[in-house]
Amino acid sequence: MEQHILRVENLSKKFNDFLAVNSLNFSVIKNEIFGFLGPNGAGKTTTINMLTGLARPTSGSIFINDKDYTANIKKAQEIIGIVPDESNLYEEMDGLENLCFCASLYGIKKAERIHRAKKLLQQFNLTTAGNKPYKSYSKGMKRKLTLAAGIIHEPGILFLDEPTTGIDVASARQIRALIKSLNEAGTTIFMTTHYIEEAERLCHRIAFIVNGQIIKIGKIDELMEDAQKDKIIQFSFDGIVQLNQFENNFNHQFSHCKLTYIQDSVFQIHSAIPLDLMPLISFFDSHGLKVTEARIIKPSLEEVFVKITGIERDVMKKEKEGRKK
Amino acid sequence: MKTAIAFWNILLKDMRNYYLKPPNISWGIIFPFAWMLMFFLKSQTTVDVRGVLPGVMAMSILFGTTSMLAVTITFERRSRSFDRLLLSPVSLTWLMLAKTLGAIIFGIINAFVPVLIALFFIPVSHINWVILILSVIFIAITSTFLGLFIAVSVSEVFEAQTFSNFFRFPMVFLCGLFIPIGQLPIFLRPFSYIIPLTYGADLLKTAINQNGHIALGISLLVLLCLSILLFMISKRNIKKRWIY
Ligand SMILES: Nc1ncnc2c1ncn2[C@@H]1O[C@H](COP(=O)(O)OP(=O)(O)OP(=O)(O)O)[C@@H](O)[C@H]1O
Ligand SMILES: [Mg+2]
Repeated sequence: MEQHILRVENLSKKFNDFLAVNSLNFSVIKNEIFGFLGPNGAGKTTTINMLTGLARPTSGSIFINDKDYTANIKKAQEIIGIVPDESNLYEEMDGLENLCFCASLYGIKKAERIHRAKKLLQQFNLTTAGNKPYKSYSKGMKRKLTLAAGIIHEPGILFLDEPTTGIDVASARQIRALIKSLNEAGTTIFMTTHYIEEAERLCHRIAFIVNGQIIKIGKIDELMEDAQKDKIIQFSFDGIVQLNQFENNFNHQFSHCKLTYIQDSVFQIHSAIPLDLMPLISFFDSHGLKVTEARIIKPSLEEVFVKITGIERDVMKKEKEGRKK
Repeated sequence: MKTAIAFWNILLKDMRNYYLKPPNISWGIIFPFAWMLMFFLKSQTTVDVRGVLPGVMAMSILFGTTSMLAVTITFERRSRSFDRLLLSPVSLTWLMLAKTLGAIIFGIINAFVPVLIALFFIPVSHINWVILILSVIFIAITSTFLGLFIAVSVSEVFEAQTFSNFFRFPMVFLCGLFIPIGQLPIFLRPFSYIIPLTYGADLLKTAINQNGHIALGISLLVLLCLSILLFMISKRNIKKRWIY
């Protein structure tokens, strides 16, 4: 049977009159990577803060291993690991000292601290950086060390807040690989992200969170199921083709289809029932439009997200770029 | 046992990282040292040196501990590393005791810098060492918790320094060290009796010159009560402001 390591019931957080997190219900199953996917200000960090003890829920309950810790998360902190969205290690201490200090906060004895710290530095490719001060680290190295610091006490559940935001592509890939291998070694992970592909690649289950509310929750293929019902064909044309050249006739003739503009000369046709290619091509032909490409589009998680949340893909993209600055 | 390991390592880290930080050196050591030198050079007789020693000691402790807290608490809060402590399994009370003990020890060390120098000028035999050490410890504790109260009430390190001075300078003038309380304007006198430094200074006067006005037990009791009060308020503030 599935063991729920974390369960949340009707969790809400109000800042004065502003409802930042609105009645969340979800659970995290042992050994999975559970993802919170949502745009800026969705309430992801606020949720993590409540789950880890930096913020007090306005209402609702938090269960860890089926025990209610809502009023006293401190008691559960021994089995929780946290990697915040911004590094919070000590600038003037080196990598090894930072890790050893973090381990000491959990009451780990000196010999064991050093042993674990060295092992982690090696695993994270930071051995040479281990005796350099933290402030001399690159952003990617900082993130890696922060991750190492979050797991040095071998927590049962690890909270990662936007683990790859603000670092370059290569470092992000390394971090993702580390997250994956940690999970394979048995660590349950709760992570937030606003990178759709990251959620798709890493997470076993995903919750879409928008304006403090979970809109949809499920395994990737469950989330895709809805969207897969839609058949999509994308047509590209020779030369500049505008929608209004044929839109009315098209809607008249193919009333079961929905026509969407992607860019000049590229359009998508969505349909709930299987599409036949020939009538479409002859329709375009009769309107003097030369089809250069027609391909079936498999819906991506991005499309599912856009469809379910109503958030334009551009919004999420812009956020990514905005964050990098 | 686990708490003890955490406690010791927090303390050790603060001592290693912050004892020699610029604000601690300038406010905690150089500033009182300069005052002391000024007074010592002005005093022509050994009686004078003995007269200003309690004041200089009290100031060293006060400035040393409050500056230290501005760094260990406000600075760490600013750089978010304080969150790491709040997220550890160590209880808030133990955490705050660990964070403050470093400052208390720093204050005690600071207090004995002027004593060591004064020993060149004055005979030791007059000093009641038991009371002296006891009062230094009590003043250090109270000043540290005052610093803690200030440090958790602000969000920037410079604010902590400014806010500290708002307390520190009036206290120095109201505590009766440089201007006897009896010579202060009447309306200021009640303030003298609510500030911890008055009691600390009086203890030091008793220890060094045997001329304190307040009974030993009362001074110690007042300092103890003020310490507990400041600690409780600070703890409440952290809970309210930092775990939001
Ligand atoms: N301490 C606070 N006081 C008032 N409002 C807050 C506070 N913390 C967060 N909020 C608000 O709550 C909402 C959710 O914020 P939160 O930081 O949880 O979002 P997020 O999903 O983590 O976003 P991001 O992707 O930017 O990290 C935001 O509108 C934010 O302005
Ligand atoms: Mg966030």
